Amino acid sequence: MGLGFDIAHMLAGLMVLASLLLLYQDRLTALINVLRLHGFILALAVAWQAHIQSAPELFVSAAIALLVKALVIPGALDRIVERLGIHRNVETVGGIGLTMFAGMALVALSLRVMLPVTAAADPVSRQDIALALSVVLIGLLIMVTRRNALGQVAGFLSLENGIDLAAAGARGMPLVVELSVAFSVLIAFIVIGIYLFRIRERFDSVDLAALESFRGERR
Amino acid sequence: MGAVAIEALQMAFVLLAAPGLVGIVRAVKARFLRREGPPLIQPYRQLARLLGKEVVLAHNASWLFRTAPYLILALTWAAASVVPTFSTHIIFARLGDLIVITALLGSARFVLALAGLDIGTSFGGIGASREVMFASLAEPAMLMIVVTLAITAGSTQLSSIAAFMLSPVLGLRISFALALVALGIVALAENGRIPVDNPATHLELTMVHEAMVLEYSGRHLAMIELAAALKLLLMISIIICIFFPFGLGGTGATGFLLGLASYAAKLGIAAVLLGIFEVSLAKMRVFRVPELLGAGLMLGLLATLLLYVSRSL
Repeated sequence: MGLGFDIAHMLAGLMVLASLLLLYQDRLTALINVLRLHGFILALAVAWQAHIQSAPELFVSAAIALLVKALVIPGALDRIVERLGIHRNVETVGGIGLTMFAGMALVALSLRVMLPVTAAADPVSRQDIALALSVVLIGLLIMVTRRNALGQVAGFLSLENGIDLAAAGARGMPLVVELSVAFSVLIAFIVIGIYLFRIRERFDSVDLAALESFRGERR
Repeated sequence: MGAVAIEALQMAFVLLAAPGLVGIVRAVKARFLRREGPPLIQPYRQLARLLGKEVVLAHNASWLFRTAPYLILALTWAAASVVPTFSTHIIFARLGDLIVITALLGSARFVLALAGLDIGTSFGGIGASREVMFASLAEPAMLMIVVTLAITAGSTQLSSIAAFMLSPVLGLRISFALALVALGIVALAENGRIPVDNPATHLELTMVHEAMVLEYSGRHLAMIELAAALKLLLMISIIICIFFPFGLGGTGATGFLLGLASYAAKLGIAAVLLGIFEVSLAKMRVFRVPELLGAGLMLGLLATLLLYVSRSL
C-alpha cells in the first residue's frame, strides 16, 4: 500500500482525465495527440501494475500498449488525416458542455456501481476497475457524440484502452489473451481504416450523417 | 508577538505589497516582449497620482456609485486579512474559511457590478453582465475545490488545510493536482487575467473589468485599482497557503521571520510565473470563456469523484 497505491491511483485517474480531454477536444489533430497521451498513460499504468504485482508478463503488455496504442495507431491516424486532408473541427452532437456533464455523470455512475460490487477485492485493483469502467463508458459516449468517423475511431480506441487497464488491474490475466486482444485491435483498426477511405471515396466526407441520409433514415 | 500585532502587520503588508506584485507581473511581461517596461514602483506612483486628482462624477451617479469603491476595497481587504499568509497565528485565522472568502469576494463583485450598472452607460452594462456570467461558473468551480479540500483535510479552514498539507500523511494525490489546476483557472477568471480578460487594454469588445470601472476617476479609481491588485495577491496567497504552505506555521521570532521570507519569495515566484504565462497565451473570445471555466468546474468535480476511490475513503 502507501506509495504503490497512490501512483496506481494517480495513473488511473490521469487516464480518466485524458478520456475527458478526448471528449472535450474539437480538433482532429489535437484529438489524435490526446489519444497518443491516453495510450502512453495506459502503458505507464500497466507497467506500474506489473511492478507492484511483481508480474513480469505485464511488462510485455505495457510494451505492447506503448508500441501499438501510443505510437503505431496514433501515427497511422495522423497519416489518415493527412491523406484525407481533413484538419477541420470535429462535429459533435450536442454542445461540449452538455457532453462533458454526461461524461462526469458516467464517472460518478461507474464509481457508484463498481465500488459496492468489488468491496471484497483488494483496494488497488478495486480502484483500477472502477476507473477503467468509467474510461470504457466515456469511450462509448465519445462514439455516440461524434459525427465524424475518425472521432468515433478515437472513442473506440480509448474504450479499448479502458478494457486493457481493467485487465491489468485484475490479477492473473494470461498473456495470450492480451496478445490476441492487441492483435484484434490492430486488425479492427486496419478494417476501420479501409472503411474510412471507402466512405470518403463514396461520399466525399467522413461525416457519418451522409451515411444516414444514404440509407434513407433522415427524411 | 501577539496575534493582534501579527494580524495588523499582515493587513499592512498585503495592502502595501499588492501594487508591487502588479508591478512585478508587468515588468516580467514587458521584459519578455523585449520592452523596457515601467519601473516596479509605477503602480504606487499611479495610485498616488489618482489620489491627488479630483473626482469627476456623472450627473446621474447615485450614492451607490460613490460608496462602491470603498466597499469593494473593504470587502477585498477583509478577505485578504483572514488568509494565513506568513503565519497561522493571526487573530482572524479562525475566520479564514474558504467559504467565507468566496462569499466576501462574491459580495465585492456584486457591489462592483451594481456600480457598473448605476451610471447607465452601455459599457458598464456589458461589463457587469459578463462579469456576472463568468462568476456564475467560477463560483461553483471554487466550491467544488473547497469540497475536495474539505473531504480530505476535514475542514474548510485555511489554517487547518495548510497544517494537513504539511503533515506526512498526505502522500501523492491526483485530486489535489486537479484541484490546483482548477483553482488556477478560477483565479485567472476572478482576476480577469489574460485568457479571460486583458487587464492592460481598453478595447471595448473584449474588456470585462475595465468596462465596469470606465466611469470612475480620482480617488475612487485609486480604491478600485488597489482592490484589484489586492484581489490578485489574495488569490495567489490562497493558492500558496493551500498547496505550497512550506515555511508556514512556525512559532517564535525565527519561525515568524522564516514565514515572512518564504511568503515574499513565493509571491515573487508566482508573479514571475503569471507574467510568463500571460505573454505565452492569447486572450480567448468572450464566448469561449465559459468553456474554460466549465473545464475548471469539471476538474473540481473529477477531483472530488476520484477521492472516493482513493486510499482514505
